[in-house]
Amino acid sequence: MTTKLLTALLLGTSILGSAGVAYADDVTLNIESWRGDDLAIWKDKLIPAFEAKNPGIKVVFAPSAPTEYDAALGAKLAAGSAGDLITCRPFDKSLELFKKGNLADISTLPGMENFSPVAKAAWQTDDGKVSFCVPMASVIHGFIYNKDAFDKLGIKVPTTNEEFFAALDKIKADGTYIPMAMGTKDLWEAATMGYQNIGPNYWKGEEGRLALIKGEQKLTDPQWVEPFKELAKWKDYLGDGFEAQTYPDSQNLFTLGRAAIYPAGSWEIGLFNTQAQFKMGAFPPPVQKAGDTCYISDHTDIGMGLNAASKNADAAKTFLSWVASPDFATIYANALPGFFSLNNTPVKMEDPLAQEFVSWRGKCKSTIRSTYQILSRGTPNLENETWVESANVINGTDTPEAAAKKLQDGLDSWYKPAK
Amino acid sequence: MAAAPKRPFRWHIGVFLAPALLVYTAIMILPLAGTLQLSLFRNINQSQVFVGLENFRMLFGDPNWSVNFWNALRNNVWFFIIHMLVQNPIGVLLAALLSSPRLRFSAFYRTAIFVPTILSFVIVGFAWKLILSPLWGVAPHMMDLVGLKSLFTPWLGKAQYALTALSLISVWQFVGIPMMLIYAALLSIPEEVIEAAECDGITGMAQFWKIKLPLILPSIGIISILTFVGNFNAFDLIYTAQGALAGPNYSTDILGTFLYRAFFGFQLQVGDPNMGAAIATMMFLIILGGVCVYLFLVQTRLRRYQF
Repeated sequence: MTTKLLTALLLGTSILGSAGVAYADDVTLNIESWRGDDLAIWKDKLIPAFEAKNPGIKVVFAPSAPTEYDAALGAKLAAGSAGDLITCRPFDKSLELFKKGNLADISTLPGMENFSPVAKAAWQTDDGKVSFCVPMASVIHGFIYNKDAFDKLGIKVPTTNEEFFAALDKIKADGTYIPMAMGTKDLWEAATMGYQNIGPNYWKGEEGRLALIKGEQKLTDPQWVEPFKELAKWKDYLGDGFEAQTYPDSQNLFTLGRAAIYPAGSWEIGLFNTQAQFKMGAFPPPVQKAGDTCYISDHTDIGMGLNAASKNADAAKTFLSWVASPDFATIYANALPGFFSLNNTPVKMEDPLAQEFVSWRGKCKSTIRSTYQILSRGTPNLENETWVESANVINGTDTPEAAAKKLQDGLDSWYKPAK
Repeated sequence: MAAAPKRPFRWHIGVFLAPALLVYTAIMILPLAGTLQLSLFRNINQSQVFVGLENFRMLFGDPNWSVNFWNALRNNVWFFIIHMLVQNPIGVLLAALLSSPRLRFSAFYRTAIFVPTILSFVIVGFAWKLILSPLWGVAPHMMDLVGLKSLFTPWLGKAQYALTALSLISVWQFVGIPMMLIYAALLSIPEEVIEAAECDGITGMAQFWKIKLPLILPSIGIISILTFVGNFNAFDLIYTAQGALAGPNYSTDILGTFLYRAFFGFQLQVGDPNMGAAIATMMFLIILGGVCVYLFLVQTRLRRYQF
């Protein structure tokens, strides 16, 4: 029996292997990507699933190193040797490729209707009329906590700010755990896991973000200063010497069980699952008053587009439609817990922590990081300045008001919102 | 009288010079000229347009650039001062100790002190980050052992200490170079001079200050200028230890990291090669100015002794 199966398998592979040579009808699609980490997932799960449904199309996943990806892709596109499918970085980097004519317009691609406007925003022209990449995955911000620690200290999962700080106070008073694992040395932790994590609750997600782009709101408005004020309060709950604590330090502090709460991005799930020896849970950024609508940062991170110069455009479109389908979403989201599908169809995931994160989509409103679209095009760069100022606020170098003013002044110096 | 024989054209000079000249031109002069040229252009609608000194006007006139530039320059000067005040005197001191004939294991000390110089910046930056880490570092633990725990602060994370801490790390790494150069200079002082000094009753410390130090002054001059050039070109250590944003709050930003961010961009900031080239040009001029001051004002006044 086994021999028969083996023979059949071998026969099958030999036919498949020679198919590309034997039949000229077969089309081979190449995918450009920086996600070398995902090679096994593509090769063993995604591509076979697609090829089984679409005989005649072969897909090759050809990643390059993340740091080299943008330069290498630019060179390949210029030389005309780039793959048919291009993995898209969010916002300006891909927009630039589209403007140069390297990415094709896929606004009408079947399957694009499966995505919400927020999900598509990362790969659209500024007016939102033309889309050029299929959204693949996003990362969600929130807090991961040590369930054992919470149980031991009898703390309930906080839902409001008041409860949140009460919990932090309780952990601090007990002294067994560092209340919160975060450092300001690498700067971006303070901005990404801090400001962009808790901020949407104050500026009401998309409403505030779009108003900022339109120039109707300023970073010095209360809803943009409040998150800084809250960050300033975090200072007392961080570990000793948090000023020199790096991102890996924070991760280790938490997974070693020395800290109780970790301001997180969902991409940590995979790593934390393998390293932490205790039970973990997650909660979304607490709201100001019980009953307030909650907002979460559901940041679009990765997409896929069509090389405008592709000779196999039809086959490539078939593939992209599949990427836009719930099938793809299910396989992808389960293979990479913490990278969530942007598809409107809910995806069934096995990982409990990932399930918890994604469940917030149902009760909270999604937004993306406020600095990513349009506002980080000039000098000084708003995103980079937000890193510096968020760290300054936590370190106590700048007051929340001063930090907000610096950011707004920097933005004003080059950004003139369209009226 | 016969006419003086015509001197043949000495073409071999040209032939021998050519390889060095060509290589130097190709890998040094041309890129330098390219950088200077790039700083006079600006990318407008995907094409390079000549804008004269507009980039420099922006660098000094636009507060978004000038504040960062002056901050970087100030930090760089402090970085240099620390090296001059700490690295070079310690280098001279170590060399003087090493050249003492009564010192045992001097070859071991010499090697041990020189070893960090050949380490990669990446290793040095990473190792010191770990040593000074408030969480797992050796530094807080060891200070605790001698009861000085209260003096420990997360130096690399505090705006007021970070630059000095990094300068001292750099001193630790490079103190071997002045030590070696001075050591060589001290060894080349002839025995007769020392013996004559001893006959005149100049020994010990007086001998060092009155006889040896004047003789090694030219070496100290060379070391100073090497330190100057090295410090104003520095980049690696800050980048590996603090990242391209040279935190906290740009307190460790030096010209090298400022240039890197401008030229290559960072995170969402898109690189601007033209502004980067303008900063690189300023670095070149600063270093050129410093070297000229040394060559024309200092070196010509240094007295040299021939034996």
